[in-house]
Amino acid sequence: MTMNNQGRPTAPSGQGERPMGSTPVETYTGNRGLDHEEGLIFEIGSATRTGVDLPKPKPVEPRLGGLERTGGIGLPGLSEPETMRHYVRLSRKNYAIDSGMYPLGSCTMKHNARLNEKMARLPGFGDIHPLQPQSTVEGAIEAMQLLARYLLELTGMAAVALSPKAGAHGELCGMLAIKAAHAAKGGADRSIVLVPESAHGTNPATAAFMGYAVKPVPARDDGTVAADAVKAALSSDVAAIMLTNPNTCGLFEPEVAEIARVVHEAGAYFYCDGANFNAIVGKVRPGDLGVDAMHINLHKTFSTPHGGGGPGSGPVVLSAALAPFAPLPTRYIVTNTGPAPSQWRLAESQGEAERLGETPFGRLTAFHGQMGMFVRALAYMLSHGADGMRQASEDAVLAANYIRAGLRDVMSQPFGDKPCMHEVLFDDGWLEGTGVTTLDFAKAMIDEGYHPMTMYFPLVVHGAMLIEPTESESKQSLDQFIETMRALAAAAKSNGDKSRFKQAPRLAPRRRLDETRAAREPKLRWRPAGPVKHAAE
Amino acid sequence: MATEHFSKDHEWVRLDGDTAAIGITKHAAEQLGDVVFVEVPAVGRKVRAGEACAVVESVKAASDVYAPVSGEVVAANADLATTPAAVNEDAEGKAWFFKLKLADKSELARLMDRKAYELFVKENA
Amino acid sequence: MRYLPLEPADRKAMLARIGVASVDDLFADVPKGKLLGRLPDLALTKGELEVERELGRLAARNTPAGSVPFFVGCGAYRHHVPASVDHLIQRSEFLTSYTPYQPEITQGTLQYLFEFQTQVANLTGMDVANASMYDGSTASAEAVLMAHRITRRRKALVSGGLNAHYRGVIETLSRWGGQQVEALAPDPTGEEDIAARIDGDTSCVVVQYPGVYGTIRDLRPIADAAHAKGALLVVVVTEIVALGLIRSPGEMGADIVAAEGQSIGNGLSFGGPYVGLFATRDKYVRQMPGRLCGETVDAEGRRGFVLTLSTREQHIRREKATSNICTNSGLCALAFTIHMTLLGEAGLKRLAAINHANACDLADRLARVKGVEVLGRAFFNEFTIRVNGDAAEVIENLAARGIMGGVPASRLEPGNKALAGLIIVASTEINTDADRAAYAKALGEVLA
Repeated sequence: MTMNNQGRPTAPSGQGERPMGSTPVETYTGNRGLDHEEGLIFEIGSATRTGVDLPKPKPVEPRLGGLERTGGIGLPGLSEPETMRHYVRLSRKNYAIDSGMYPLGSCTMKHNARLNEKMARLPGFGDIHPLQPQSTVEGAIEAMQLLARYLLELTGMAAVALSPKAGAHGELCGMLAIKAAHAAKGGADRSIVLVPESAHGTNPATAAFMGYAVKPVPARDDGTVAADAVKAALSSDVAAIMLTNPNTCGLFEPEVAEIARVVHEAGAYFYCDGANFNAIVGKVRPGDLGVDAMHINLHKTFSTPHGGGGPGSGPVVLSAALAPFAPLPTRYIVTNTGPAPSQWRLAESQGEAERLGETPFGRLTAFHGQMGMFVRALAYMLSHGADGMRQASEDAVLAANYIRAGLRDVMSQPFGDKPCMHEVLFDDGWLEGTGVTTLDFAKAMIDEGYHPMTMYFPLVVHGAMLIEPTESESKQSLDQFIETMRALAAAAKSNGDKSRFKQAPRLAPRRRLDETRAAREPKLRWRPAGPVKHAAE
Repeated sequence: MATEHFSKDHEWVRLDGDTAAIGITKHAAEQLGDVVFVEVPAVGRKVRAGEACAVVESVKAASDVYAPVSGEVVAANADLATTPAAVNEDAEGKAWFFKLKLADKSELARLMDRKAYELFVKENA
Repeated sequence: MRYLPLEPADRKAMLARIGVASVDDLFADVPKGKLLGRLPDLALTKGELEVERELGRLAARNTPAGSVPFFVGCGAYRHHVPASVDHLIQRSEFLTSYTPYQPEITQGTLQYLFEFQTQVANLTGMDVANASMYDGSTASAEAVLMAHRITRRRKALVSGGLNAHYRGVIETLSRWGGQQVEALAPDPTGEEDIAARIDGDTSCVVVQYPGVYGTIRDLRPIADAAHAKGALLVVVVTEIVALGLIRSPGEMGADIVAAEGQSIGNGLSFGGPYVGLFATRDKYVRQMPGRLCGETVDAEGRRGFVLTLSTREQHIRREKATSNICTNSGLCALAFTIHMTLLGEAGLKRLAAINHANACDLADRLARVKGVEVLGRAFFNEFTIRVNGDAAEVIENLAARGIMGGVPASRLEPGNKALAGLIIVASTEINTDADRAAYAKALGEVLA
């Protein structure tokens, strides 16, 4: 059996015990002051209640081909005040960037400005249809082109595909462009993609999704990839390497330019996972390093809101070699010879794109991409400007190193103490013998009012703790974080009672949850008590 | 002939005439954590030694289980589908994954006995 | 800069604590000559006022749907979203929260996802739904790949009623993934015989309901024909409001439903962000891509929710994952579930009825215009008309008259002469009698 060394308890054991000497505060409602217990809409609502007033429909002879829906659907309704209360109460159970530091490594939890929300909601952006005549949305297409220009200037690349809907979708886009480029050169049978063992799971998943065999590339003792190791793994069968830079350990790959060189020499392409772009915006351009394709997470580097898990947006910048293969729609300009300004247009079909001299590999989504996120990212970029964006990267790297400096004597780093980029990586070596695990430590952070850092990623490090503060934290905030972490670290290493960790979290809306039970007895939807009647029965 | 054998991949083999029951060791189950799902091979499938033919999942990990020896699958433990927890409760007893009709008994010589396996686990901790 | 709290004195103190002279010392691993000496060639920091002006100028050059009589559909629909929805999704704890990987402090997100999953399953008539996909088109492509995994076959049979952009996504993934797509010719009347084309190599039949040309038909015979040959029925729904009035795909034997949820809670936004809905039967749940939220209890026995069955996903299975998907469409799913809760069953049924009534009224008015033929007998809120003339030109002429009359079929299927005279027209609750009258009048003038 392939052994997995990331195993950790997934069912609470002993976390239900009350701390010694405390008396529970019992309430009749189960509420705790401002923290309300809230039922499901299926328990509170009803099929007849509604929060929307609609006029009575005109009586018509239905033209539904006899396919009218009969019977109930199973959708509860609430009046408007009940709806507000339900979702406001739910919201109050969530941690958020707006309420505290969110040091999740590789997620770039920076400030989400409300100006961006306001701009995205301008009717001229928010209330336009992707298929209304292009002559009626010229400003929107030009906004897309403006975003493209910014991304190209920041990355030093030749072209950008805007349509991918998230980072992993962007990876698929970049890799498909690479596959198409090989096919065009007659190298369609290259079947291998090189992926470092420290890579995020989306990398090998994307490669496998496309039918490539994934060949791992080992890392050195310092966590980085050696050009020699890449050279050893290359062959005429390798289509590409997928490298994250800065890497998932928070380090800039020092041999990246040499890696690009040997990869190109072997006739392969260099895909760069741009999840950690926040460290180098305005400081280093991936195009200058030999990258052929890189996805950008607008919801990380360019602050479009994480929204509880999405939506994202993953435009992909491409080198000149890959540019012709960018997916539909293809942006092009119609130059006017007269006084009217030139217009940007979108070519939506393969035929139209080919007549423009492009050879898109196809289409990745209906319509044009995440316009709402384009506008938000533009507002971010226009607000920061060139100087602001560079300062943001420098502050992000400064903040991560400041945390490293504040914790290096109490927590262990897997590759020794050396400068990191925008995130700092610790392992659990320093917890050995304490009885406290990375998981326990993270849960104790919750009680202190912090969202835990990324834990157990990258997989190549045991009990990994990856901390990314971002440029949005003040020095006071960073100092308080360091102080808190030091206090927790000291408590973990002390000989005293460890219930602060083992019982954590004690102050969150819920204690530790039984993930084992959730997986063994999946309950993925609400069901009414009693036999469920499906409409098909 | 010895009835109990162990592979370096933490599978156990228990011989009973020409058939062998195969599962994962107690040590492997402990490393995995709470087992939530098991996928066993279909009866009739022929497997080679070293071939991945079953999957065992915890909440945070999915691991391939390899056939320690070659043979034909003559039985698969359907109970594990409803009670994956059995792997944590009795990994080396009732939580056998599948039974093989051995193709080549000499392959057993490549495996370890319990003592050697326990030493192997200690050395690689 | 207003978003950057550090002041020069802070930076100085931090550099001292770290033990380096300048921040560039922290970029020492960057290859020689690659660390930029100059700023990017872009404008400098701008205040809110300036940014509003610049983006406002671009926005002002576009014609918002709400400013004209609007009849454009084909996969994105203009519906009225109650004010509460947009207000609630902008609450800090929803907008600026992350994927609920630490469930103890993200029960808000997890509970609404659980409610969302249940609503989607019930609406589509299926057993289980996931916590959303990027959009309907990528959900459709994932549904096809899931069908390939389940049936161990590689050929998808695609209806002529499937939106061409959706078909394009499925074809793109298939072409580069070594699978096959057999697509029927465009089907404006909704009468294609797709059942006859199913064979023993077909992994799934992909049918859109209502079809891209607006037609609706009973899918039960297609489901039966597919199942008889060991294939699955994938039903694509691009206008989810339809399911408030017409039979659910689940009732008719669908195995997987891939839908676009944009109509509920989410604006047009020029094509994104939208929200993909994905639902299937219990027996296929482990083959389903995307995130899943499940119910459990905490250490004190209280009910709570967690992301579950994660071993299907890329962060654990890596190259053996069901998909490479990481992000879902959280905030758009929240908008969907809030709007659906406000509507409730009674509200959704009434909304759907209004949509259908408006479409029937519009169809009657347009049928009376000289040179216009209404195709298809059964539809929900979208139908196709044939005009005598080039449909694309007609649409441009209508736009010049201030009417957004719909989508010319040639926009989705360029170069197909048989479709050159077809316009796909949508009519939702936002159209008034005056709007519909204005459309008919303008169309008459354009065709004269």
